[in-house]
Formats: sequence, C-alpha cells, structure tokens
Amino acid sequence: MGLESALGEGFLTTRVDSLVNWARSNAVWPMPMGLACCAIEMMAFAGPKYDVSRFGSEVFRFSPRQSDLMIVAGWCTYKMSHAIRRIWDQMPDPKWCVAMGACASTGGMHRCYGVVQGVDNFLPVDAYISGCPPRPDAVINALMKIQDKIKTEHSVLLDT
Amino acid sequence: MIENYLPILILIGVAIILALLLISLSRIMGPYRPNVMKLRPYESGMDPVGQARERYSVSFYLVAMEFIVFDLEIVFLYPWAVRFVKLGVGTFFAMMLFLVILFLGLIYTLKKGTLDWDFKQIKK
Repeated sequence: MGLESALGEGFLTTRVDSLVNWARSNAVWPMPMGLACCAIEMMAFAGPKYDVSRFGSEVFRFSPRQSDLMIVAGWCTYKMSHAIRRIWDQMPDPKWCVAMGACASTGGMHRCYGVVQGVDNFLPVDAYISGCPPRPDAVINALMKIQDKIKTEHSVLLDT
Repeated sequence: MIENYLPILILIGVAIILALLLISLSRIMGPYRPNVMKLRPYESGMDPVGQARERYSVSFYLVAMEFIVFDLEIVFLYPWAVRFVKLGVGTFFAMMLFLVILFLGLIYTLKKGTLDWDFKQIKK
C-alpha cells in the first residue's frame, strides 16, 4: 500500500506471480489430442458458436512445442498411450491436461483389454469432464477450472 | 561521417541486450525441466521412419541439358537476328552450322528419352 500512495494516481502494483498467472491463464493454448468422437465436440468448442477465443484458448496448436494444455478427447488404447505420453513429454512446461469424456477419464464403455481405463494411468490429469461425449460448454467449464487452478499456482522461480 | 552510424550501433546494442534479457528472464523465471523427449523430433508421437534426406530422381540432368540446348541457341540467335542483313551470307551459313550442331544435340537428348518420363514409368 505504501508504494501505491507514493506513486500517486494511475499506478497499480501487483506481484510477479499474479501477473504471470494472469497472463498464463488467459492464453492457454490447447494441444488437440483428438482420439474419437469427443474430438468433434472439441472442434465445436473452438468453433464460432461456443467461441473459446473469449477465454484466450482459440489457438489450437498442432505441435506440442507451442501448447500448454493437452485435451485428451476420446478413448485411448494401450498402443496409442505411448504416443500420447511422448507428445505430453514434448510439451514445454508449465503444462496442464484435461481428460475429456467418459472414455478418457475412466475407459468409459470400453471395458476391454485394449483400452486404457482412464488416461490418468499415465498422464497427470488436472480436470475431468463427464459426458459421452460432453457438450462444448462442459469443455469450457473445464478450461475455466484450469484457469482457476493456474491463478492459484506458484508460477515463477520454480527451477532456478 | 562515421557519427552517422551511431544510431545503428545503438540499435544493434539494444537488440543484443533485449534478446539476452528476454532469454535469461524466461530461463530464470519460467520452469526449466528438460527431458530426452523434448529434444526428439515431433512425429505425432511415433518413432520417425527412415531418413529425411532421401534421394529421388527428378530427371534434372536431362532437363538441364535440354535447357542448355535451347538457351544457347537463343543467346546467339538474337544478336544475329538484329544484324541479319548487314552480316551477310557467310555468317548465315555459320549460324546454320551452329543450329545443325545444336539440333543434333537435341536429337541426341530425345533419343536418350528426355521427354518420355511417363512412357518409362508405364514400361516398368
């Protein structure tokens, strides 16, 4: 408070953490890991009607090098899980993960030997979305949850 | 005179300092968690198959030969055509000889199959 009164009108002070988190939470670029029908809802989530650019996430990156949020949309087989894990490893930190739909969250109706029973077996999932497939509103809700999580995180000077 | 270049020197200095500042800031403030996979090529999560430097034929050599035949022809034909009447009969026959030689080259490349790319593929 002291600094603001010394600077006078028109100045705003904040913490670096808050500033970085504010920037990060409003520019969450998704990596669309579309595996099944959920991917169609994910496209609707990015499209004009649901318009996720209101939340700064319209920039779907098709390379893990530039993305912050992996949306695993659809059921994941054991064979595919290695590829997903590698793409996750290739994403730069900090990164977040959303398991979209029943199949990605728990295996869903695919209760069989070939399907991973939830991608949280090999990924650190931050938000789960229920539904088969979920509505785009639900994906936006998950994105808002991720944004809330980012805003509470300690973000700078983690690995120096 | 040399003082005129001072803004350029300042610009270079600012560019270098800004680049170093931004790189070191992101290194110090952001998370730094290197792993092996981040250095691997991105191939949709799969192992890359084969080499990126594969050789394939575009019949470039033969096309280049064809190009040289016509290019040289044009290079010498244009100046001759401008001074056609003045240069007389001797130059006319010299040019004809030149054209015949190039025409022989053209026939040679045609016999080698320069323009038969599709035909060669069908024969295979």
